[in-house]
Amino acid sequence: MKAITKLTGPVLVLEQENIDTDQIIPARFLTATDFDGIGDHLFADWRLDSNGEPKPGHVLNEPRAPHSPILVAGHNFGCGSSREHAPHALLGFGFRVVISSQIADIFKSNSQNVGLLPVVLEADQHATLMQMDGEEITVDLEQCKVIVRTADGIEHHWQFSIDPFARHCLLRGLDRFEFLNQAEDAIVAYEENR
Amino acid sequence: MSAPESLFDKLWNSHQVKAQSESTPAIIYIDLHLVHEVTSPQGFDLLREKGIGVRRPGRTLATLDHSTPTLPADSNGERPYYTPQAKRQVQTLRDNCREFGIELHDWDSPYRGIVHVMGPELGATQPGMTIVCGDSHTSTHGAFGSLAFGIGTTEVGHVLAKQCLLQNKPKSMRINVNGKLPDGVTAKDLALNIIRYLGMNGGTGFVIEYAGEAVRSLDMEGRMTLCNLTIEAGARAGMIAPDETTINYLRGRARVPKGEEFGQAAAKWLQLASDPGAIYDSEVTLEASAMRPAITYGTDPGMSVDIGEPVPLAQSVSHEKALHYMGFEGGQQMSERRVDVVFIGSCTNGRLSDLRAAADVIRGRSVASHVRMLVVPGSESVRRQAESEGLHETFSAAGAEWRLPGCSMCLAMNGDLVAPGETAVSTSNRNFEGRQGSGSRTLLASPQTAAASAVMGRVAGLSDLESLEVNR
Repeated sequence: MKAITKLTGPVLVLEQENIDTDQIIPARFLTATDFDGIGDHLFADWRLDSNGEPKPGHVLNEPRAPHSPILVAGHNFGCGSSREHAPHALLGFGFRVVISSQIADIFKSNSQNVGLLPVVLEADQHATLMQMDGEEITVDLEQCKVIVRTADGIEHHWQFSIDPFARHCLLRGLDRFEFLNQAEDAIVAYEENR
Repeated sequence: MSAPESLFDKLWNSHQVKAQSESTPAIIYIDLHLVHEVTSPQGFDLLREKGIGVRRPGRTLATLDHSTPTLPADSNGERPYYTPQAKRQVQTLRDNCREFGIELHDWDSPYRGIVHVMGPELGATQPGMTIVCGDSHTSTHGAFGSLAFGIGTTEVGHVLAKQCLLQNKPKSMRINVNGKLPDGVTAKDLALNIIRYLGMNGGTGFVIEYAGEAVRSLDMEGRMTLCNLTIEAGARAGMIAPDETTINYLRGRARVPKGEEFGQAAAKWLQLASDPGAIYDSEVTLEASAMRPAITYGTDPGMSVDIGEPVPLAQSVSHEKALHYMGFEGGQQMSERRVDVVFIGSCTNGRLSDLRAAADVIRGRSVASHVRMLVVPGSESVRRQAESEGLHETFSAAGAEWRLPGCSMCLAMNGDLVAPGETAVSTSNRNFEGRQGSGSRTLLASPQTAAASAVMGRVAGLSDLESLEVNR
């Protein structure tokens, strides 16, 4: 897992609410036995025609899209299926951070496990960001801040909260498995005492 | 005296290997790990990478369901896999189960089925357990008073390796459904009503306990349908405290204790109810008598109306987009919509009682000539029982296709597809854009409503059929 500490880059906005993981990666791409190349199929039904060619005019097909590391999406992002292929596809496409006003539970933990930073902002902050497609912002996981300069020239520092352990692992690129592995004695004790 | 605990508290506390701290999550022990071909390959890779085995193969149970064809093998024994990759995925699970010593219900097993249908049938699912699977509809197993939820593939690897998960304790919600459901209102309708009330994200961050007379009155298959759909309101787990209905269902099943030991287990299971005065972070009370059969019109399971109601007017940009995708106008009568496909099956509604309910509607009637109807039993056990009752003949005589068990058209990754632009009335769990195939339009409903729509060739409820033959 690649560490993520502080990242500055342009945002890409997907306005739709309730974007489910079937949209992020349709089920027909789940038959692979690894995650290699899965970013090619990100939002396949939105982005690509039935021949797999990019649909002109879709924001995800603009040349800037693969160079926009921060996805800002409508309320309740990542709902539905537990497929971990979804955060892998977002990472594979080039995103490192996804921001919304609500992020679904399983998608959030899957993202934290694979190195995609999920950030939940207040509704008004989120609404402001939704109007800033293509503009550069900073996401600072060290400080738990999103730093945004709005059109009026004011620099906003928005604090966000994140599970402290997830933050710890993301900042260092740590595999959570090692933490579980270090608990071996406790696991053995639990199994013996049931 | 200790503070009163909810069922969820009891399950959580009794499975803590290590408690949550300010800087670290809890370590939760997992009693049963269900595995299927789609979300497990990379989990097994973790074991190989670390050079370790599966910690508790006996607590791990695997099946083939998602990528499997529902048409039979040809004369050479070749199964009609949708893609070579699907076949390879199935073979990968077979290889992994052999390498790591895991019980797999393969094609030759008389019990193979959708993971959430098979687990309870075998009695592998038991009250008081923690149960996980790389599948969001793992919430189904909460019907037995277990803590059951879907996980990602990284976590599948964790459970294979350590039989444990890192988890922060979710918030708790109790949903009380008072009174009795009117005749013809099923567990599916109850669930769709609850999701409509909560919204598709109203349960996010929560574990839901269902309680109240209407919930108690459901049989186990109905309870599984209700808990199955908990994730469609955003909650990872739904649960119902065990009672005599639960005990009666479990008695005699392959994996439950036998004889005297069963009595001892049952006595323990019945103690799993929430204590009086248990505290919930949120509590909701609904009236069952006000509920009617429901059907979805939009692209999330929260967007439903009662049968007979028109499509609501668009209330937001997203809502408008959903109506546009579905080809609906606000205010339009749902019954005007011609139906192309009807799907009876899935981990939501692919059990024997579901097939019986659909067969009762279909019996002596015909599927409308323009409708393609697929009936896919949830497991080999369901198939066997249904066939012994002649349900397959009822469906075939009416013009429906009787298939082999699997997830099939619910997520359409096995080639059982709804064509672009077509409308399907489906007993499954998700009406997301393209869920049943690119461009497909899904209306979620109960088996009864789906069967009535198949006969009428348009969106219809039981009341639309002139007469319903019962118990013929």
